[in-house]
Formats: sequence, structure tokens, C-alpha cells
Amino acid sequence: MIGFRRHRRAPVRLSDRSFGLLCLTTAFVLAVHAAHLPLWLTAALTAALALRWWQRQHRPGRIPGWLKVPALLLLVAAIILDYGNVFGRDPGSALACGLLVLKLTESEGPRDARVAAAFACFLLMAALLFGQGLIATLVVALGLLPALTTWRSLEPTQIPVNLPRQLLPALVLLVTSLPLTLTAFVLVPRLNSPLWGTSTQQAAKTGLSDQMSPSDFTELLTDDSAAMRVSFDGTPPPKNQRYFRAYLMWDYNGKDWTRRNDSPSVPAAIEAGSTIDYHISLEPTHQHVLPTLDMPLHAPAQSQMHADGEVFADKSVDEVLDYTLRSALRYRYQATLEPATRMLALQLPSDFDPRTHALAAQLRQRYGSDNGAIIRAVLQMFHDGGFSYTLLPAPLGHDAVDDFLFNTREGFCEHYASSFTVLMRAAGIPARVVTGYQGGFWNNVGQYLLVRNSDAHAWSEVWLDGRGWVRVDPTAEVRPQRINLGADAAGSNPLLPWYESGLWESMRNHWDIVNRWWNEGVIGFDALRQRGLLTPFGIRELDTGTLEKLLAISMAVFGVAGLSWALWRRPEGDPALAAMRALERKLAHAGIARGRSEGPQNYLRRAIRALPAQRAELDQLMRCYIDLRYATVVPSPESLRTFRRAVRNFQPRRVV
Amino acid sequence: MRDQLQRIQQWAERRLPALTRHRRLEELPIELHRRRVYILPTGFGVAFTLLLLVMLIGSLNYSNNAALLLTCMLGSATAISMLVAFRTLNGLRVRGLRAGHATAGQPIDVTFDFEATRLRQAVRLDIADGTRAFDVQGRTDVTVSIPTERRGWLSMPRFCIWTTWPLGLFRAWSWMHPHYAVLVWPRPELSGPAPTLPVEDHRRQRLHRGEDLAALRDYRSGDSMRHVAWKASARHESLLVKDYEQPEARQEWRLDWRQLRGMDNEARIARLARWLGEAQSQGRQWSLWLPNEVIELGDGPAHYARCMSALALLP
Repeated sequence: MIGFRRHRRAPVRLSDRSFGLLCLTTAFVLAVHAAHLPLWLTAALTAALALRWWQRQHRPGRIPGWLKVPALLLLVAAIILDYGNVFGRDPGSALACGLLVLKLTESEGPRDARVAAAFACFLLMAALLFGQGLIATLVVALGLLPALTTWRSLEPTQIPVNLPRQLLPALVLLVTSLPLTLTAFVLVPRLNSPLWGTSTQQAAKTGLSDQMSPSDFTELLTDDSAAMRVSFDGTPPPKNQRYFRAYLMWDYNGKDWTRRNDSPSVPAAIEAGSTIDYHISLEPTHQHVLPTLDMPLHAPAQSQMHADGEVFADKSVDEVLDYTLRSALRYRYQATLEPATRMLALQLPSDFDPRTHALAAQLRQRYGSDNGAIIRAVLQMFHDGGFSYTLLPAPLGHDAVDDFLFNTREGFCEHYASSFTVLMRAAGIPARVVTGYQGGFWNNVGQYLLVRNSDAHAWSEVWLDGRGWVRVDPTAEVRPQRINLGADAAGSNPLLPWYESGLWESMRNHWDIVNRWWNEGVIGFDALRQRGLLTPFGIRELDTGTLEKLLAISMAVFGVAGLSWALWRRPEGDPALAAMRALERKLAHAGIARGRSEGPQNYLRRAIRALPAQRAELDQLMRCYIDLRYATVVPSPESLRTFRRAVRNFQPRRVV
Repeated sequence: MRDQLQRIQQWAERRLPALTRHRRLEELPIELHRRRVYILPTGFGVAFTLLLLVMLIGSLNYSNNAALLLTCMLGSATAISMLVAFRTLNGLRVRGLRAGHATAGQPIDVTFDFEATRLRQAVRLDIADGTRAFDVQGRTDVTVSIPTERRGWLSMPRFCIWTTWPLGLFRAWSWMHPHYAVLVWPRPELSGPAPTLPVEDHRRQRLHRGEDLAALRDYRSGDSMRHVAWKASARHESLLVKDYEQPEARQEWRLDWRQLRGMDNEARIARLARWLGEAQSQGRQWSLWLPNEVIELGDGPAHYARCMSALALLP
């Protein structure tokens, strides 16, 4: 309305301090993006930033246009050369970083600085699209400080401060905004499905695949994002039985295990022992497979169960999919094996792994036809043979299983499942590899099991005469923690050097708890968790409308709190008079009330007569008050303080 | 664009008196409070809010909670900056105004006496197409120049106190129109005749000069031999010269409105103003005779100011 009167102002030159802060903000942006930008771009942009800073210090002035336009063209061309296009997450953020630095070269006025700092805020947020770990988020939040301070420094205040002191108010601002931030964060309704395609990046994300090759798994095991959430009717199964099967791998080519499209098994009845009902909420996988706890007894709606208990949805899972299932935890399946299936379950590529074959033959010779004894012997070998669990194993050669069993002896579930299965097949025991998830994190508040991609696991199933397919998890022999505590616990080496033991280990564990808390509380706080927010208060499902109402109510509460802070004023009035009133109240309590037209001196004299025991005290108070009121125009704060303290300490003692 | 906005503003002030009650004249001191502090986002604030919305939708779409947290944080900081902007003005007092002296056409200095219990940073004052930025802590004087055109009382123009502290996202402002006027003195004419002095005055001047031997000064080369005070020099180490250029020796002026018959009022005032200025700079004594007022003989800046003010207030 009336406020929009514009004033012509002379173009103001950006102060050196503001420009320095802007450079600092940009440096922060480059730092948080450095992890995914190509090295040459980071180096070039940093150099450009440093050059611009130096130039403005020593030769003030704008960068001429004939230099800016080619620089822009060069930037776009280089990004197209490197990424192929300029759209999408990675090239887009690279381009934006470049544009920010280019914007800095022409920033000479406050307006430029404002825009550049706002753009930097946006880029800081964009950095979180590449990884939202605790550290990354903290660093990004720290990057907001110079950005906010840049804005602050553009305001015409005359009070000079040094840089750290200047950054402090922004920190205070961010810290004060935390309660509002957290409330908004918890209550902003999450989208059930994305508004626009995020599939390009989601598809690139690792997930279980119908092929088991080492590289896929390492990526998967370090991916902390949620894979699915499982809630059980009744008590959840014990930790060592939380095996979620996804794919069965039959074919081995010496390097990779692959699934067969035409399942070799003939469907057979499952003789189920104990069963369990549960509900799975599966994160988008862009695949058809539906992981199930152990052996499912039926297929959920719009999906098919293949023989051997693999379940496939009719269409790929592109959104969160909920399904309910009943599974058998103890069962007997295919007590007799078809000859064709048996053939497949024993098939091995020739010309691979001669030493493994030799070992298998040796075992068979020693234990005769006792398959159980052979399995026990191999597991014993894993347990005692110097094998270790690591997510960064040494690379394996042509004879992968030989290399693993006899040379490197380090690896993770995939190596153990693969080599165990090969060894079994070589020894003549039908075996196959199963991939899926194992373990998970039990969420006590939400009463559900969170299974992450890092909980991906591979194990074996062997066929024993009369017992059918039996699950054997060789990894459990090497790292029992993997089964009982989860993938995170298994990552550390049991034979720790001294500096990794004790304190260091405990710090790492604590840090892990912090990280887990972050993952659970912040990153994993999705639509499902949000809906269960008020479960402790008896509301099972929060719908979007209720959430919006809650959000509005809490925003109103914060608004009222903020406004009362903004409107609050120091109570004005005479502090000496207020203290005197307090003294009067105390005396009135003792029966000496001040008369309507009684002066302070008269009144206190009367009080002294009434309380002779406190004569000195009251006399002192009286003198003090008279001095405060009448001796000077503006009483000194010290005498005021003395008087107030004396009033506070004064307690009338009635003499009867 | 700017003109259009101003037209809209004028229209609003005409049509919506309820919204523009701040146009009434107010008595000093003026304290800003919630009923008269307005706040709106700046253009940059609006743009940044849009950016925040984009960030919000983006982070929700990619279900990136860390980014959502960051967006919420920036949004909260923005909201708090609005309150801070309001608090910068809330409780700010203008205790009083002090005006300097200026003749018509020259800018006049007006000093604002601001008071605040807390520190207020980056407060800006828009007055007469100029902007001053200042901080207020305790009591702070801020001096601005206001252009003048005519002699006489000049009412303080309405002015705006505003701030975009701390982040430049919100602009809090308040209009003030204190009941205060500054007196602008008439502009003296550039040149003209000296005041005509009565004949006896000339004689008295000569007599006066001849009599006044009290002031003696050291001889300077070039002084006339006739002016050397020989008797006095004889009692002294160096030559002394009779000084006739003592201010006391100057004859007083009687500046009379009625002498300037046949001129229009403003021209008379301009001439009187020039004479006043000359008398003041020459160190004379003068008296001013105006149609409705006579200011007796006197000299010095206070006397000059009184005479100029009387001239300024002539109808």
C-alpha cells in the first residue's frame, strides 16, 4: 500500500565485507558439491572464485561482458561434454554451481549479493539431494550462516564487528528457529507419491536384482535407505529367523549367479509348522519381486507365487506397496526332488575352481554319504579357517571361489553364500543361492521392523533327503553379529589393531547410534511414520487433513508466542517505587498499613515505632528510599539495587 | 511504475481515511507501537518465499527429509526475521525535534532526538526524498536536511521511519507527521543600496571617529604617519597607531520598513534581510522598525536571529 514508495538511490557499491561473506558462502556451496562434481569443474570454479576475490581486492570493478559471455558458453559446453545434457540432478547442480560463480563475477551491488546468496541457499539444499547424512546436513546448515550474514551485512548498520562476531547473530537466528523448524518438519504433510518423475534417480539406486554380482552388493550394503517396513500380528520372529527371501539363484557361470525365468521346480505342497501373519510396506524398487518372510503360504493380491516361494507382483513396484502375507517359519518343502531340478541344483561350470572341487571330493571321501556332516564341516571351516567379514574384500581372480576359499578369505555374505553353494554342488549336494534381506531394525515406538537396503543378504538353501530345502547361512559362521545385530555390526573387523579397539570402538558405536537416530528420526520420517505419529495418544492413522489442522494449530501457537515476544516491553515505571510497594505489602502483612495520605518518612517512622527490634534495618531502608526519591534526579543503579535487595531481605518480626 | 504507485497511494489516502489516520498531526514525543508499525515483505522477500516454496515442493517430491529440514529452518528464520524487523521499530521514540536556521532556498537542518531502550540497528528515515540510515542506542541525534522554498513557517513534512533489518526480507515502516514547524528566514537580496543614513548621523560618525583614541595598536608598515599616537608611543617601546576601525566605532543602523516605500513586500523583506546580514557581519548595532513591531537597538547572533524571525513572520 503506502510502503511501496520507491526512492532513487545512488548505486551503492557492495562493501568488501559483504563481498567476502558472499565468497565464503560460494566456497561453502562448492565444498558441499565437490563430492559429486567432476574434479576439473570444482578446480576451475574454485580458481575462478579465488581470482574474482583477488581481482576485487586489487583491481575493483566489474568483469567486462566480453569475458562473461564466453565463460558462460564455455561452462555450458563443458557440462554438456561431460554429462551429455544440462538437465537432471547431476548436470543441473553442476551448471547451477557454475552459474553461482559467474553471478559472483558480476556482483557489485547489494541486489546482486542478495540474489546470489539466495541462490546459494538453494544450491546448499540441492546438495542434500546427493546424500542426506548427518554430517552432510550439518555442514550444509553451517553454510547457511555466511549466506544469512551476507544479507545482514547489506543492511546499513554502523556498528563495526569482526567476522566471527558478525556470524554469531545468524547462528543465534538459526538456533532460535529450531523449535519452529522441528514442528514444521514433523507436521508438514508428506506426499504419498511424487508429483513428478523422480524415477531417473530412483532407478539408478541400487536394489536387489535377479543377478548377484559383487559390485551390486557392495553398493547395496552401504545404502542406508529403507527397503521395507514390516509389522507383525503378534510377536515378531526372533532375530535369527528374520530372513526375507526375494530371489532364488540357480545358475552359476563362474562369476555371477542368476535367476532362472522358468522356475525349474515343480510346485509342491508346503508342510507348514508354525506360521506368522505380517504386513509389509515395500519402498519402490522398480522391480516385480516382493520379498517375503521365509516361506510364504499364499501370494498377496495382484501377484503370483512361483514354485519355491518366490513372489512377483503383476506390475513393477514404483510406489510404496503394502501387502499382507502369511508365512511358515518351520516347514518341509519338496521332500523329494525331481531329477531335472536335481540336475540344475548340482550344475556347475567346468574349468573353474579346481581346488574347490578337490576339497569337495576330499570331504565326500571323508564323510561318505552323510550330507549333514559335510555341511557341518564346511561351516566349521568358515568358522575356524581364518575367514573374515569385510565390505571391502580383495578382488578375486578367474577362479573366484578358489581364490576366496584358499587365498583372500575375506568377503561378505555374497562371497560366503556363493562359495558355500559351489562347494555343496561340487560335493553333490543340491544347493541354490537365495538373496533377500536379513535382520532389520526393530522400531519400538512404531512397533515395526525397518529393513534397509543395507540389510540385503545372501544365503544358501541345500536340499537334504527327506527334509527338503533347508536354509544354511554361512555368513553367520563368520560373523554371528551380522545375523543377530545387523549389517552395521558385521562391518567391523574382529581382529582390531590397538587403536581401533576400546575407546575408538566405543566412540564409533556411539556415533553409529547418533547416525541411526538421524536415519530413523529424520531421514526415515516418511508418510507412514508421520501417520503413526499420534499412536501413543490413541490416534492410529493421521490423515492429511488432521495433519494440516495440527500444522495450522501449532503455527498459530508459535505465532502467538513470537508475537508476544515481539510485543513484550520492559515494564516501565519507577523501580524504586515498585520496591517501596513491596516493602509496604510486607509491612501491611505485619499489621502496619500505609495510610492514604501518609508520606514515606512518616509511615516508616511509624513502622519503626511498631517494630522497635528492627529499628536499624527500617531506618536504613527509609534513608535509602528518601535518597533514591529526592536526592538525585536519576538515581544510580547501584543504590537502587541495594535498596531492592534490602527490601527483599527484610522480614518484619512481630514482637508480641 | 513509480508514478503509478504514487497515484495509487494518493488515491488510497483520499479514499481510505481509516487506513491513513497517521496523516493527522501528532504531538511530540511520538512512540512507535504495534498500532502504527506496518510490515510487508520486500520484493526480495517475496522472491525468496517463492524460492522456499520451490525448495519445499522439491524436497517433498524427492522425499528428502534433510532438505525439508533445511527448508523449514530457512522458513522459520525468515518468519523470525519478520518479528525482528518489527521489534526494531516497536518502542522507538522521537522525543523531539530541533531545527537550525536557514534562509529560504537553503536546506534547513532538523535534528531528530531518538530514544530506544534496546539497540536498534539499521533504522532508516525517509524525509524529503532523501534517506538517512542510523542506529539508535539510548538517545541518538539524527540530523537531516530539508529543502525550503519560502520564508515563514514550514511544517515538518510527513516522514517515514523504516527498516529492513535483519535480512532485508521484510520492510517494517511507520509514518510520522509531528506537529512541528520550522521557521525559514527570508532570503536576502543579492545586491542593493546600503541603508540611507540621516545627515546628522554622518556628522556624528566623523565626530565619533575623531574622539575615539582609546584603541591603539602596533605600528604596521604602511600606516599613515598622521595616525601615529606619538605621545603614547613615547611611553612605549614601539610605535603605536590610533586605530579607527574598531567595531565600536561603527555607527548603528536604523533599519526601517517605512524607508522602503514604493517596493513590494517581499522585496522590502529581502532588502531588510540583506541589511541585517551586513550589519551582523560588520559588527554594527542596529534596530529594526517593522509595521507591527519595533526591535530595539542591539547586536550579536541572538539579535540577528530575532530580527530575521520577525522578518520571516511578516505577512
